[in-house]
Amino acid sequence: MARPFRETLKTKDFIVTAEAGPGKGSNIAKLVEHIELLKDRVDGLNVTDNQSAVMRYPSLGTCLLIKEHGGEPVLQITCRDRNRLAIQADLLFAYSRGINNVLCLTGDAIDTGDHKEAKPVFDLDSVQLIHLVHTLNSGKDMVGNELDGGVDFCIGASATPSADPIEPQLLKFQKKLDAGMDFIQTQAVYDMDELKRFMENFHKMDNIDGVKILAGIVPIWGAKMARYMNENVPGIYVPQYLIDEIDQAPKGTKAAKGIEMTGRLIRQIKEEKICDGVHVMAIGREERVPAILEAAGI
Amino acid sequence: MEKDGKIIAFCCAESAYRAADRAGRLRIRYPDNVRVIRIPCAGRVSVLHILKAFEKGAAGVLVMGCQEGACRHLTGNIRAKERVKYAKDLLKEVGINGQRVKMVNFGPDMAQKFAREIEEMAEKIKEE
Amino acid sequence: MIIAARKPLEEIRNMLAGYKRILVVGCGTCVTICWAGGEKEVGILSSQLRLASSKDGNELSVMEAVVERQCEKEMVIEELGDKVQEVEAILSMGCGAGVQTMAELFEEKPIFPALNTTFIGMPEKEGLWLEMCGACGDCFLDRTGGICPVVRCAKGLLNGPCGGTRKGGKCEIDPEKDCAWVLIYRRLEKQGRLALMRKYYEPKNYRAVKRPGKIEALEA
Repeated sequence: MARPFRETLKTKDFIVTAEAGPGKGSNIAKLVEHIELLKDRVDGLNVTDNQSAVMRYPSLGTCLLIKEHGGEPVLQITCRDRNRLAIQADLLFAYSRGINNVLCLTGDAIDTGDHKEAKPVFDLDSVQLIHLVHTLNSGKDMVGNELDGGVDFCIGASATPSADPIEPQLLKFQKKLDAGMDFIQTQAVYDMDELKRFMENFHKMDNIDGVKILAGIVPIWGAKMARYMNENVPGIYVPQYLIDEIDQAPKGTKAAKGIEMTGRLIRQIKEEKICDGVHVMAIGREERVPAILEAAGI
Repeated sequence: MEKDGKIIAFCCAESAYRAADRAGRLRIRYPDNVRVIRIPCAGRVSVLHILKAFEKGAAGVLVMGCQEGACRHLTGNIRAKERVKYAKDLLKEVGINGQRVKMVNFGPDMAQKFAREIEEMAEKIKEE
Repeated sequence: MIIAARKPLEEIRNMLAGYKRILVVGCGTCVTICWAGGEKEVGILSSQLRLASSKDGNELSVMEAVVERQCEKEMVIEELGDKVQEVEAILSMGCGAGVQTMAELFEEKPIFPALNTTFIGMPEKEGLWLEMCGACGDCFLDRTGGICPVVRCAKGLLNGPCGGTRKGGKCEIDPEKDCAWVLIYRRLEKQGRLALMRKYYEPKNYRAVKRPGKIEALEA
């Protein structure tokens, strides 16, 4: 059985998490393949929740699969598709099946996804969700009823180091820290100076004791992909020099180049101790993650 | 709509109407299925005037005003231009070719141009 | 004020299929100001309906009327009086409140909405209306420097912004739209009241207005 994430956060020097992205449909064969590939290479395995507002096999179900296969799941919950009742219910279920780690997110907008006429919920926002998990952890539900059987979640949230303007994001980030965080997995970073600036800001904030920061890493496999992400994916910005580097790699070597570039990025974060670890989001290319970690010297 | 349907020409008194008048004096020939309506300024023509013209059986409508920058009321011809654009969309919604309404700018002595515009609209009507 | 926009002509004509005598009723208040359903628009739509019908070879007689405020029963009755008797159906160019008021007063006549009522808003400039208020019944404007996060933030967040803000402070959903929380930040910063944005706001009471809403008040 995998080591509890909470313990790893407290004791390990450099923490590595990755992401398993479910597909559309009840066929879980590929998902299981990715879980098997990654579960022993990482300290925690996140599962996205209808990522980019595209309907997929659920995060909760996938976390169960990870448990069944002996991995350590991190349940991602967004506020887009569920109201406060459904979220509390899901958390009770998750805990009852040994899923103890939760990443609290607001959620990408409906318009980003494929069900463009759906009703967005957003009964809560991410900060309120973090507070909610703490309330459940204290043995009560949101309206003050005692729980028959409590929960004890390790709580994470996201942050956006490349936000422009950054000040409103930092205010929001402080509110998350005030609520009490165990870990933060950031949106994708490519520029180490930007990450360092973010960490400087972090160290000036309140309520940071024991909070681990894992830098988000999204590998790029081609110039087109990078440009697409810049245009369409919220919170991601790939700098031109990296787009140029991958673009110059000859055809047929893009995968290897991407692995090398990503490995280099992670290695730098580790060697310069810029933050406490990384969260690798390979979005559809989960099978390349082991090679990336190897290239990073992990 | 009939092939020789009427053309309504809203003509601004300062420019297009004088051009029409000059065309008459110079005996320049143009199709006779046109009704010239003299107005103080192209800006006086509303979107509804244009639609009503079609309702009453017109096959084409011309809104004829001064050249841009020369409008006596400063922006009447600009407003007319915008309204003609809007009217085109309204006509398209109904299934009438947007080219059946047109905004034209004139100087007071452009008699030939007046005749030409009438001819062009008459052609367009025949084509359909 | 209430902002609405006219439905496409095809949709309106489909609603009216089979009816030969109709009454188009505009409203002289909000929808006149936002150029959706006032006297001019009634004239234009009626003209289009007649043109389209005659083109298809169908019979259609269109009467026109405008009520000062279509949501006020007295005004509707005063203006429309006996006109309704002469028609088979009514096409309302009022907002949803106007349509339903008339539907209640003239129960035997089918009534169709020519407009899509969209939001409570204001004119940013001529011809451009922006949503301002979501009628949530629990006004938050004191805490956000007068910018509503419920409708001007695409996700309705009370502790914003979300992580999806685009470069330059634009919204995740629409690069043409400003992120409301960036606007709120700048407004509060100008006023030296950023402490308000630093505060944690509890989950919203979404049952502040139990729909359908009802308010009883006394006249002073």
